[in-house]
Amino acid sequence: MNLLVRVRRPAPRGEAKGGLAARLREPTQVVFLALLGLIAVGWALVSLHGDQFLTMESVVGIQQRSAALGIVAIGQTLAILAGSLDLSVAYLISLASLVAAETMAGQDGNIVPAVAATLAVCALVGLVNGLVITRLHVHAFIATLGVALIIKGIVDHLYDGPAGKVPESFQLLGYSRIGPIPVSAMLWAGVAVVAWFLLSRTRLGYRIHAVGGNVEVARLSGIRTGRVIVITHVLCSVCAGIAGLLLAGRLGAGAPTVGTDGGYDLESIAAVVLGGTALAGGKGGVAGTVGGVLLLAVLDTIFNQLEVNSFAKDVVRGVVIVTAVAVYARRGTRRSV
Amino acid sequence: MKQALPILAVLAVLLAAIAVANPFFLEPAGFLAFLKRAAPLVILAAGQYFVIVSGEFDLSVGSLVTAEVVIAARLIDGDESATWPVLALLLVIGLFVGLVNGVVTTKLRVPSFIVTLGMLLVLSGAVFLWTGGAPRGALSESFRTFGRGGIGPLPWSVLILLAVGAAVIVLMRADFGKTLIATGDNERAAALSGVRVDRARIVAFMLSGLAAAVAAILLGGFAGVSAQAGQGLEFSAITAVVLGGVVLGGGRGSVPAAMAGAFTLEALFTLLNLYGISGALEFTVQGVIIIAAVAAGAIRLPRKFTPRRGDAHAAS
Repeated sequence: MNLLVRVRRPAPRGEAKGGLAARLREPTQVVFLALLGLIAVGWALVSLHGDQFLTMESVVGIQQRSAALGIVAIGQTLAILAGSLDLSVAYLISLASLVAAETMAGQDGNIVPAVAATLAVCALVGLVNGLVITRLHVHAFIATLGVALIIKGIVDHLYDGPAGKVPESFQLLGYSRIGPIPVSAMLWAGVAVVAWFLLSRTRLGYRIHAVGGNVEVARLSGIRTGRVIVITHVLCSVCAGIAGLLLAGRLGAGAPTVGTDGGYDLESIAAVVLGGTALAGGKGGVAGTVGGVLLLAVLDTIFNQLEVNSFAKDVVRGVVIVTAVAVYARRGTRRSV
Repeated sequence: MKQALPILAVLAVLLAAIAVANPFFLEPAGFLAFLKRAAPLVILAAGQYFVIVSGEFDLSVGSLVTAEVVIAARLIDGDESATWPVLALLLVIGLFVGLVNGVVTTKLRVPSFIVTLGMLLVLSGAVFLWTGGAPRGALSESFRTFGRGGIGPLPWSVLILLAVGAAVIVLMRADFGKTLIATGDNERAAALSGVRVDRARIVAFMLSGLAAAVAAILLGGFAGVSAQAGQGLEFSAITAVVLGGVVLGGGRGSVPAAMAGAFTLEALFTLLNLYGISGALEFTVQGVIIIAAVAAGAIRLPRKFTPRRGDAHAAS
């Protein structure tokens, strides 16, 4: 099965040393070097500014800021690895936060049914995304954009502002922490570990890589490609649902704009690509995505500490994303479209 | 032209439905008002068509439109004499943004989805950094004439739309169009047969930037200055192009069909308004129709051998 994964690797240098050594040379690992570099630069800049970087407060801030985006981005990684992409996550997050908060209605006893209902709704949306792409042969870009519009219409029609109420005990998910690690970051880590295990240790993971690498070759080697794509979309939407639950816990209510305000659709795709995953699919992994999300969060923290204008932040962020991907493109031999 | 037939049929049905609900639509004034409203999106779709048929995406057009409108307002600031220089500058900015998109995509080999996403962030950040967070200044009357005024009963925007439409059709019939479609269909084959693939793509991005500049001039005149002038237009333009049967990934589809797709989308908005579907649910209906239309297009053509047929079209 490993063969399927290696087909698309630029050079077979690492084959003799086994999977791990080869994996360390992937562009997914470069992002962590960039992250260290950025922390060093940030530390220098913030010190010059007469502040302390990486205080307890800012480390916790980085983790909290990145948890929701991180969870969405991990789901997005699965979809992109399979050669698809999901533009509906932002609206789905809003929908999930509303479903969760409305079902909970401030009662502790409703937490379990609410979580179940939210994840079920999200899984259903993911199923629709996947089936529209695979059965109706609609390009993922258009299919998920269409589903995003459908969700937006429904949410905007039903809600004008925040609705529902999240009980105190569930709000702990949003803010409480154990030592320096917020619960939300642990949730993110948990999702990341599950996704990593899925991708690198299970048959489904290899199939996802194979389908993203070359869907026709995967089909000819006996993989039910449609099913794989549907599963990745269901998982992607469930991740968006988890992020929606987290944000509902943080806000104490559901909000119809929480997903779009965070720009989670394009931002999550940017984080995935920043982490070295090829937009065309088949190459990359969860570790890189975690690095990409942390990179964006550290960048944010540096800007906040230097009190830079938020519009300048957008400019730098755009430049960083394009530059990073240009660097990856130089390292690889093949062009990804 | 044959490729435009299905979308023209859909468009005819929608226009008929509008006419039934609102007989004023059949009068010249009513129809011209519709064309005027549709002009910016149709022009954007024509620009986006070049990029998509060459196998790329341009997500930056929405923020480019916003940036152009805001820049125009700040630079003109109500001063009539500044109108023409600023108009020229806007077109140059559009071309330049397209040039950057194209060069980074082709020479640095960054996927265009990411390049133009980065450009989206840079443009929206930079322009509001410059104006301090909100649009400032005002457009001059002569600037707004392009979006609002006209010669007698004919609005300027309709004339500009006709000119743009004629220009892009001529362009796609010329060598450039053929090489562009060949590039999007099979980059390597095109390169081996002597097409300067990178240059064709860069020109496609520049045309998209130029289209965004023209659309911004019309929109600024029509709707005035706002920080949301171009919001969501990139997705509308891509949707319009795809509705016209142009395939994401490149190499297939015609520019009249793409422009008809934009008219269809605009007719759809008009129709939903007429039938009083409330503001928000409009999006839901739009989403369903877009998916359904593209799915119907996918069923009509058997998937496996269509790329070859596309070759035949490109060559003929």
